[in-house]
Amino acid sequence: MALNHYDEKSFNEALAQKGLLLVDFWAEWCGPCKMLGPVIEQLAADFDGKVVVGKVNVDDEPELAQKYGIMSIPTVMLFKDGELVDKKIGVMPPQEFVKLINANL
Amino acid sequence: MGYDVIVLGSGPAGLAAAVAARGRGKTALVIGNRWQASPLAKAEKIDNYLGLPGRTGYELLEEFQKHAEAMGVEFLVGRAISLMAWSGFTVTVGADMVQGNALIMAPGVVRQTKFPGEQEFLGRGVSYCATCDGMLYRNKDVVVAGRTPDAPEEANYLKSIGCRVTYTAPKRPEALDEGIPFVAANRVEIKGEQMVSAVVLDGQELPCAGVFVLRASLAPTDLLPALETEGGYIKVDRAMRTSVEGVFACGDCTGAPLQVAKAVGEGHIAGLTACEYLDRKTT
Repeated sequence: MALNHYDEKSFNEALAQKGLLLVDFWAEWCGPCKMLGPVIEQLAADFDGKVVVGKVNVDDEPELAQKYGIMSIPTVMLFKDGELVDKKIGVMPPQEFVKLINANL
Repeated sequence: MGYDVIVLGSGPAGLAAAVAARGRGKTALVIGNRWQASPLAKAEKIDNYLGLPGRTGYELLEEFQKHAEAMGVEFLVGRAISLMAWSGFTVTVGADMVQGNALIMAPGVVRQTKFPGEQEFLGRGVSYCATCDGMLYRNKDVVVAGRTPDAPEEANYLKSIGCRVTYTAPKRPEALDEGIPFVAANRVEIKGEQMVSAVVLDGQELPCAGVFVLRASLAPTDLLPALETEGGYIKVDRAMRTSVEGVFACGDCTGAPLQVAKAVGEGHIAGLTACEYLDRKTT
């Protein structure tokens, strides 16, 4: 499955599913977020069928950003069965996220 | 893809590294503050730089800069706010993003130590990037702890997008928007529980949701946590290699003596080693 772009409704639907959900909170005006973009795409491809990967644009979805206490972007959150299990703030290479995912698969 | 060599830092070490790389036919981009803002520019007299005794720091920097420009070094004025080592190196400077195949760190020494609470609340109310995170603080109280000549502009930007800004520094900067309240303070402490709730400025507590800490440069280990350090300086070998492949360091950031002559020498070596690294990678 390709990379998902969530609004509030589709995000809540994804959250209601069993399994792992990795979400990148980002915005157009954020340089580091652009830098992280290709990493998230890579993860979506590498973990296809194992982890649902998606993005939330905090400009379009300020309520979601507020709800999850996003204070700095990019922030990447990992949910398992709808529960937040970990989050990473800032830019990091794919292997950091791979570790995070593998620890929770 | 992008540049052969990206240099972080526009002082003598960074410029020497970039010039050495250009000498080997590599493309080089220097990211840093305006050279006029370098602490060296304020040095009244430098008497130990071989062959050019008695020059001011300003004069030396001006010559170095001209030399680098004449050699075709490119410049990007600004502060690197994040760095990723993945298929080369990607650096963000404000909203710009640049890529390179080798990275040379020459940021000088970060003269300020971190504020109490700064590390603890990074990403939970503490931010180093107004353009990145400003929008998340619209209609909220934020404090800008400005420690660079460009910091007032960033504070003005935060105000323009709707943050309620208070600015703190030892002295009110002229470029600060007149509508921004100013608190003169030397000591800054950041407090909170889960998130930032207040700053303490010379003992005076001020509630806020966010603190933007704006210094001349981020610590190299904030940009690249994998970098090994020793006694607060970046650990390098004689060829100026750091613990991270493809990353080299030179100048004050590698340790004493904090002198122009040493910075230029190390910069030259770092530039050459970076070129060797690139040549080995492509053959």
